[in-house]
Amino acid sequence: MNPPETHAPGEACQTCPSRYSQLRKLGLNIENSDFVVALAGNPNTGKTTVFNALTGLRMHTGNWPGKTISRAEGAFSYEEKRFKLVDLPGTYSLLSASPDEEVARSFLLFGQPDVTVIVADATCMERNLNLILQVLQITRRAVLCLNLMDEARAHGIDIDIRNLARDLGVPVIPCAARSNEGIPELIREIHTMAVRSDSPAPRRLPLEVPGLRLALDRVEAELQEAFPRLAQPRWVALRLLEGDREIIGAVKSGEIGGLAEPIGASLLRDI
Amino acid sequence: MKTPDEVIKGADELRWQLPQNLHDRITESIYAEAAAIADRSITRPGSSRRLAWQQKLDRILTNPWSAFPIMVLVLGAILWLTITGANYPSRLLATLLVDKGHALLSGWFTALGSPAWFQGVVVDGMYLATAWVIAVMLPPMAIFFPCFTLLEDFGFLPRVAFNLDRIFQRVGAHGKQALTMAMGLGCNAAGVVATRIIDSPRERLIAILTNNFSLCNGRWPTQILMASIFLGTLAPKGWGTSIAALSVLVVAVLGFGFAMMTSWLLARTVLRGEATSFSLELPPYRPPNFWKTLYTSLIDRTLIVLWRAVVFALPAGAAIWLSAHIPVGDQSLAEWFIHATDPFAWMFGLTGVILLAYIVAIPANEIVVPTILMLTVMVTGAGGGQGAGVMFEADNDAVLSILTAGGWTTLTAVCLMLFSLCHNPCSTTLYTIYRETQSAKWTVVSALLPLVMGFALCALVAAVWRWVA
Repeated sequence: MNPPETHAPGEACQTCPSRYSQLRKLGLNIENSDFVVALAGNPNTGKTTVFNALTGLRMHTGNWPGKTISRAEGAFSYEEKRFKLVDLPGTYSLLSASPDEEVARSFLLFGQPDVTVIVADATCMERNLNLILQVLQITRRAVLCLNLMDEARAHGIDIDIRNLARDLGVPVIPCAARSNEGIPELIREIHTMAVRSDSPAPRRLPLEVPGLRLALDRVEAELQEAFPRLAQPRWVALRLLEGDREIIGAVKSGEIGGLAEPIGASLLRDI
Repeated sequence: MKTPDEVIKGADELRWQLPQNLHDRITESIYAEAAAIADRSITRPGSSRRLAWQQKLDRILTNPWSAFPIMVLVLGAILWLTITGANYPSRLLATLLVDKGHALLSGWFTALGSPAWFQGVVVDGMYLATAWVIAVMLPPMAIFFPCFTLLEDFGFLPRVAFNLDRIFQRVGAHGKQALTMAMGLGCNAAGVVATRIIDSPRERLIAILTNNFSLCNGRWPTQILMASIFLGTLAPKGWGTSIAALSVLVVAVLGFGFAMMTSWLLARTVLRGEATSFSLELPPYRPPNFWKTLYTSLIDRTLIVLWRAVVFALPAGAAIWLSAHIPVGDQSLAEWFIHATDPFAWMFGLTGVILLAYIVAIPANEIVVPTILMLTVMVTGAGGGQGAGVMFEADNDAVLSILTAGGWTTLTAVCLMLFSLCHNPCSTTLYTIYRETQSAKWTVVSALLPLVMGFALCALVAAVWRWVA
């Protein structure tokens, strides 16, 4: 059954070979990829379902937050470019983290993906926007996948996609990954975002705390001096100003310079 | 050039010039921004039909009076379905692989003139163990896993976690432990990895140490077989399956009880601390994608689990055959061990064969049943006239008569079910525990704790049973 949307592609388009022909699901074959794409989002928004739809893999999915606990990698190719797709555990925020959330946080911050696809639950966007805004602070190339649109429709929720895209400054693709709805559009948008040469400007938060901007500039500059290759110096600077003990420890030990791997296992050693 | 310490010092100084509630103010500004954006682009109706029935369902599934009976009923129903549905295919597979396949293979080997010891190791050892593992495991897993996955996709697990949270909080553990224990019902190693969703290291360690009390796929078949052939046959005609399912359900619920008791003990002694707060989103109920789930859990889960069992069964089969045929003095290695440990095992209502089987099965619990059957046949010579030491019959009655010939009683079966619930985790799980905790001490504790509890429990049950009888 087709979704009751006036601009939904007709049946002829759905089955037209050109619609899918450029996508090749490469499964586990992640060698020689041109771009790295990360899947981020709140828990239980369907990241793994999107991952499976794009790579042709069959990672386990479940209708509960916390099903995916470590990162998984797969690949697809589109328009002769190869994309490595990284599925991450869900996370509510980049600020606090349990061991599984830390995997996601570390990768988003320090793994430096070329494109970050934020998968959001269309039925509760208010909650999801919190993370979306945080992710947009640390990346310029993001695509918002508005998943579970079929459920949002069943609940009678109406989302003004264009308005949302304009507000966030990133492309917004409505999807129902379970039934492959919106997946071709998502792939096209990921590709466009990866190859475009200009630098898109997603929404930045106005940090209207007196003196913060200045303090951030200073700490950021000092960090860049100490760790010339550090990714996300501004985020690290903010954490230092907030007094995040874990980040302070990572800076002190110099670990922050090479922080692309999760540091979760060390947490349990304290006992 | 700044050193890291200078950077931190600089940030510390700057922090004093910023408002004290910096973190809260940043968080608030993110929330305000999110609310404003949502307001501009999203309109939602006050309620919808779907929301209404989801709320109605949640009222039933999370109300303490109805939730607990429903949870027990659901688990019971899955077990009943598994036992009923697996009965016939299991018998078919046993006939095909154990009776026919073994005879066929033996015939070929004899025709090719292979040495007796070689035929023993390969056909009577490796092949037979593998055939048994497949016959005993495949049908129950092929029913249990899809049922469980369908419930998972529907959104039942978070409700279970929500309902059980009160108990977990009372024993000083984390509510998400319910989810990790549910994962443990499939595989304890997976359950241990799943504890990463628990933030507090103390509560995570409790969840790791108690995950073993969730019966894993390697132990369900042992439970089901024992319950079917020993307890089910005690029931009046027509009630056998229900009694068997009920017995397995009791053991599973007992496992939950032990997990709670152990969590409580740990939280009161070595892992003292308050239970941290627990927040879990209750996702909407979603109609499971039936065929996809069926395919995924059959191909990806059942077959992978079965493959693992086969990989462990092959060398175990060879080891079993060799131990039963390498003579040391006037007896075989296995006989020495069995006869030496029989009196010790008797105290716990078990037998030397069972103890040996659990040593052979340290790598994987899946091979306990095949090992017990093969050892019993080889050592006691039971199993029909033709060629003592090899089993030809494969249906439940034959298994029962073999085990009875091996000196088994209902007490042995009950104690085996309890010991199967309460003993050291398999080596894969132990390795996973070591990897997750990075501590040899806690890995040893996780192995010994259930083992000691299992021995104590079996000794108690055996003593009371014999005193009553």
